[in-house]
Amino acid sequence: MRHLRAASAVTLALSIAVAATGCGGGTTSGGSNESPKTLTYWASNQGPSIEADKKILTPELKKFEKETGIEVKLEVVPWADLLNRILAATTSGQGPDVLNIGNTWSASLQATGALLPWDDKNFEAIGGRDRFVDSAVASAGKEGEPPAAVPLYSLAYALYYNKKMFAEAGVEKPPATWDELVATGKRISKDGKWGLGAEGGNLSNNIHQTFVLGQQHGADFFGEDGRATFTSDGAVAAVKQYVDFMAKDKIIAPGNAEYAQNQSLTDFAKGRTAMVLWQAAASTFAAQGMKPEDWGAAPVPVPSGAPGTGKQVNSMVAGINMAVFKNSKNIDGAKKFVKFMTSDAEQKLLNKTYGSIPPVKAAQADAAFGAPDLKVLRDTLATSAAPLPQVPNESQFETAVGTAVKELWADAAAGRPVTEESVKARLEKAQQTMQQ
Amino acid sequence: MTATVTTDPKVDKSTSRGTSRGTGGARGRLPRVPDRIRRGGLPYLLLLPAVLLELLIHIIPMVIGIVMSFRQLTQFFINNWGAAPWSGLDNYRIAVDIDAPIGEALLHSFFVTCVFTFFSVGLAWLLGTAAAILLQESFRGRGVLRTIFLVPYALPVYAAVITWAFMFQRDNGMINHVLHDQLGITDEPSFWLIGENSLYTLIIVSVWKGWPFAFLMLMAGLQNIPRELYEAASIDGAGIWQQIRRITLPSLRPVNQVLVLVLFLWTFNDFNTPFVLFGKSAPENADLISIHIYQSSFVTWNFGTGSAMSVLLLLFLLIVTAVYLFFTSRGRKGSDV
Repeated sequence: MRHLRAASAVTLALSIAVAATGCGGGTTSGGSNESPKTLTYWASNQGPSIEADKKILTPELKKFEKETGIEVKLEVVPWADLLNRILAATTSGQGPDVLNIGNTWSASLQATGALLPWDDKNFEAIGGRDRFVDSAVASAGKEGEPPAAVPLYSLAYALYYNKKMFAEAGVEKPPATWDELVATGKRISKDGKWGLGAEGGNLSNNIHQTFVLGQQHGADFFGEDGRATFTSDGAVAAVKQYVDFMAKDKIIAPGNAEYAQNQSLTDFAKGRTAMVLWQAAASTFAAQGMKPEDWGAAPVPVPSGAPGTGKQVNSMVAGINMAVFKNSKNIDGAKKFVKFMTSDAEQKLLNKTYGSIPPVKAAQADAAFGAPDLKVLRDTLATSAAPLPQVPNESQFETAVGTAVKELWADAAAGRPVTEESVKARLEKAQQTMQQ
Repeated sequence: MTATVTTDPKVDKSTSRGTSRGTGGARGRLPRVPDRIRRGGLPYLLLLPAVLLELLIHIIPMVIGIVMSFRQLTQFFINNWGAAPWSGLDNYRIAVDIDAPIGEALLHSFFVTCVFTFFSVGLAWLLGTAAAILLQESFRGRGVLRTIFLVPYALPVYAAVITWAFMFQRDNGMINHVLHDQLGITDEPSFWLIGENSLYTLIIVSVWKGWPFAFLMLMAGLQNIPRELYEAASIDGAGIWQQIRRITLPSLRPVNQVLVLVLFLWTFNDFNTPFVLFGKSAPENADLISIHIYQSSFVTWNFGTGSAMSVLLLLFLLIVTAVYLFFTSRGRKGSDV
């Protein structure tokens, strides 16, 4: 018994000691050049599969190795795992040297202090900040602070429409305003066919759409001081307008309420839905058997007139950024790699392959990005896209409001009324769960 | 045989060691040093690997979790969480404040989990018991049936649950195809993965996943019941139900005691099923506590509050287990007398 007590005491003391010292969490070291010959790179899954991404990126990495003598170890991480992997790497201090991040996470990850800030000096090392489109840089970190990442692939939303279904319904041109969209949707929504598609179970998608509608209603979801303002009149109106496409206007099929795996794109490709709001959907449509002439792309509708700034904003600035872990053992090599990946030549090649728009101005001018749908995306990015709120608790915002909208879709699908009060109540609850 | 046992040299040695303790130096006795090692250090040496692994896998993470629950740990500190400011009992206050949304949502998910666990464990146990009893009698094809019944237990959880998720889809899933299109039981296709039905969906998948384990354990338990008891009961005129009530269930009691506890703990903590079915944000009706804590910690990045919720869950499960063991072991002692 005495031995047992002694053993328990040692166990407890040891565990407390380990907890208090050895596992005190991550590292705050400023990085070094101890291993100048290797780099680890976590690429986000951009293409149709992880294997496809490896196939696309490997020759480029070899090119970089040939130029610099630095070997890049590549790991393609699926989207669903990426944020958790980054968090784990941040906590343990055992992460890659260079990684891709979704640009909506920029401010949240910036707040951890684990990423290299892209101040003027660091930007100079990759050719200067002016090489990049302003809106893309603005979506890479909190305003007034050096960005936490560098834009790599840029995306914006467009309204994709099925030309055959439009012709059958006698619709001559894509809708430019929401009223026109609802009218068009109503003409099409019958006999098992529907006007518009949505991904009700996808929290990020819910956020992207309601953020844009929020901008059009003059709401930001966050105040000047960074505090959540989810229940402002504009925010309530935006969320209600979006869910009303199903609840009131009946132009979205109820089944869309549970979609979260891009099923709305399949419905579109199969001719069951005539319109979807999506970022660079061309490759998915092609993969599902559509020909480029089967569909068209137009700017996302606005309340009135033409897309622009302020209330005519019609997309969030979407895309992928490239970040460097501050504690990299090859910090110079990491910057060289970012420079390589954001060079004009690589930008043209990679963005062309992935169907995105280069955030590098010189590459954007390439003829490859002049195709009608890409031109829509490019113009949107340049003139009428706004970055999501760059606040540290952006991740919480996506979950809280995204879930509120998901529950409202469930209400609409089940035929329960979606009223201003019910929207406000859900948003109120979401706002109250925001800590800090 | 008895004679050989008493002359066995090994037995002799142990007996002599036992009886001649302290007299020293007798012939055939084990040397003194190994004896001391055996008595003093060896058991601990043998336990050491297990203790170390236990430390690494359970104790240290648990202690770290408890430490985290007293800190204000958000994205601002995860890079160096040792620097996160102490918050005293704030995280616990937030978690249990049922007048505020976070505490209210935690309480809601706790109740949902209780309902889910009650029905999942109850149905899994019922199915397992029924199947084990039915398959007790020898008949043609029993081996095949036993194998088929164990398939859900052998399948990788992710693959199995994702298949269920596909089947439960409203527009393209097999469940609605059968219920609505073929049998016409429902007026229109139902939603299973969102809204009110989501809890039923969760229970169905959980029971499907859990009952083969109950079946396996109970089948093993049934092997230990002497056939003579049934024969005697049958001669005395006991019917099948009486035999189950009076012989089978009381004999299975020790197995059931462990089985129900294990199923309860697994089900209450189940993360895989809701996560694969619903993703990181479960519908309100199926918001299990495991997903809720995951969401608080890893999705909204409030690791401190999430840790406090985990500690509260751990305490709850410890108390329930202790009470359960106290009452069931007392009952067993009573029945043994």
